[in-house]
Amino acid sequence: MAYQFKDVMNKPERLTGGHRMCAGCGAPLAVRGVMRALKEDDKAVVGVATGCLEVSTFTYPYVAFKDSFIHTAFENAAATVSGAEAAYNALKRKNKIDETYKFITFGGDGGTYDIGFQSLSGAMERGHDMVYVCYDNNAYMNTGIQRSSATPKYTDTTTTPAGKVVPGKQQFKKDLSEVMVSHEIPYVAQTTFIGNFKDLHEKAEKAIYTEGPAFMNVLAPCPRGWRYETEDLMEICKLAVDTCFWPLFEVINGEWKLSYKPKKKLPVEEYLRPQGRFKHLFKPGNEHLIEDIQNEVDRKWEALLKKCGEL
Amino acid sequence: MGIRDRLSGNEAIANAMKQINPDVMPAFPITPSTEIPQYFSQFVANGEVDTEFVTVESEHSAMSACIGSEAAGARTVTATSSAGLALMHEVLYVAASSRLPITLACVNRALTGPININADHGDSMGARDSGWIQIYSENNQEAYDNFIQAFRIGEHPDVQLPVMVCQDGFITSHGVENIELIETEKVKNFVGDYCPENYMLNPNETIAHGPYDSPVYYMEHKRQQLEAMKNAKEVILSVGKEFGEMSGRFYDFFEAYKLEDAEVAIVVLNSTAGTAKDVVDAMREEGKKVGLLKLRIFRPFPGEEIAQALKNVKAVAVMDRHEGFSTIGGPVFSEVRTVLYDLPNPPKTISYVYGLGGRDVRTIHIESIYNELLAVKDGKDQGEAYRYLGVRE
Repeated sequence: MAYQFKDVMNKPERLTGGHRMCAGCGAPLAVRGVMRALKEDDKAVVGVATGCLEVSTFTYPYVAFKDSFIHTAFENAAATVSGAEAAYNALKRKNKIDETYKFITFGGDGGTYDIGFQSLSGAMERGHDMVYVCYDNNAYMNTGIQRSSATPKYTDTTTTPAGKVVPGKQQFKKDLSEVMVSHEIPYVAQTTFIGNFKDLHEKAEKAIYTEGPAFMNVLAPCPRGWRYETEDLMEICKLAVDTCFWPLFEVINGEWKLSYKPKKKLPVEEYLRPQGRFKHLFKPGNEHLIEDIQNEVDRKWEALLKKCGEL
Repeated sequence: MGIRDRLSGNEAIANAMKQINPDVMPAFPITPSTEIPQYFSQFVANGEVDTEFVTVESEHSAMSACIGSEAAGARTVTATSSAGLALMHEVLYVAASSRLPITLACVNRALTGPININADHGDSMGARDSGWIQIYSENNQEAYDNFIQAFRIGEHPDVQLPVMVCQDGFITSHGVENIELIETEKVKNFVGDYCPENYMLNPNETIAHGPYDSPVYYMEHKRQQLEAMKNAKEVILSVGKEFGEMSGRFYDFFEAYKLEDAEVAIVVLNSTAGTAKDVVDAMREEGKKVGLLKLRIFRPFPGEEIAQALKNVKAVAVMDRHEGFSTIGGPVFSEVRTVLYDLPNPPKTISYVYGLGGRDVRTIHIESIYNELLAVKDGKDQGEAYRYLGVRE
């Protein structure tokens, strides 16, 4: 069925309002966007790694998730939910349960790229029928904007501050989506919030209703860490995609498919300029840093086009 | 009248698991508990159980998956040792505070630093504040019996806490002994179905686990956990009695062995209790009034009962197979001495750290402790109360 924005947006929310995430944060958009792809009759178990999303949506005694929910720790969301999925299979086999349940895990880049990576890798390799969604906001935001392996090169964070000698983080971002593709799981997608949320919705639907493990990497901007105006969230996402800094693609059973090719690929400066975390790059004398970023974006984009058969 | 067999402690646990047929078992191998998931995976492969066996990539994930599974409403078991239990440490607390009655077979082994694979209680002693019920086992029979009882204790509505059933690595886990298994139907009836009141896969009512808990609530939640741990005492006794009525083997917080008229006593847990009983028997034949308190339940700590059992002895040695580095004695010693302090005439107490990293403990070592206690009873100056047994100084 073709994507109908109005119908999708009118579905009952499975993450209710009243949670304590910041205005202009991408994480609750990612959660709602993914959860809207669930069929209304299907039930879900939602697992969340320790982080902003967890502490802001389940502050005792209030919980914003309408489905059954579990948080245990920072580095083990995938393992935790894999256990719940195993329980579901066991109880189904013993005829103790009739309903259909889906298993969805959310973690930030800290809980996914870094401390939770082993747990994620293990759960995906074991083939649990679950979706792992990374809301990638490019740093450890819950503890106050420390660098992660998902932080882009030259970003100013509180553990890679832009100083007189060192201009922010010194490494390029880990390509986790590609690492997850290498797990040879049935479905991997990279997305963010674009236009009418069609890309996010359709990918979430495939991830949830593909049998076996699925991984989604969702760029989810953080206004405090990235230092943009809260109302600019959608614009920042659009620039990430149009500069090819964060390309949209999916990999279905090993087949790479580009989801979006900008009509005009914008220079990476367009994405960097509105964000305070890159402010130091625009000081005179730092042009070569932006050039370095541009070269890496170009290299990765070319490689992606090749994988997707676009070149 | 039971099924006579010859099994190692690991086989005994695996057999109990097979008879119980749990819903889910996430596990990661580590010496000396490796055989438990090995045996169990064979039961899965042969269709003798219909458990979901989850071959996780670490013990941290094993316990995390246990939590997810038990919270979802499935009866869940696992097994581990040493560094495996240490790696689980963070999530052991989550299991207990989420009030999830997971059952864990802990095959006691020394913690690394330096690496050592032999019997030592450093692993489970390190988890003593995690909120888990801890049951210790002298031999294979007790490991089997305790494991079966653990489900009834942990899953009791007044308790709802995870339980670890401990036994000594290699000494009992790999030592083959005669054992009397209980008929599977009897085991199944004794353990019963797992029917939690609240669970994630309940289609009629959702539940959320693992909130952020502010200072306004955290303390009450800890207090509720404490109340559950206190409630466990009565449940442990009633389950031990009911188990005895079924099997002929009755269980209490501890076994008081020839303690009634004893003048001196040793307190010890796990396999060394068996060695100590031999010494007690031999010394009793010589007319020496020695006794033994074999501690079975360490969490909750049966303090009042221990004090009552030891109130008439003149000198007590508490043996710890773990060094807690408090520099004032082992952890079991510290707790036993604490409860003896309130007696009108408390016995003299001596801490013996023994058997670290699998160091052999023989009857002559235990006999030397009893002789020392008898001398203290007869007026010898107690001297150093914090001692090492069988160490080269």
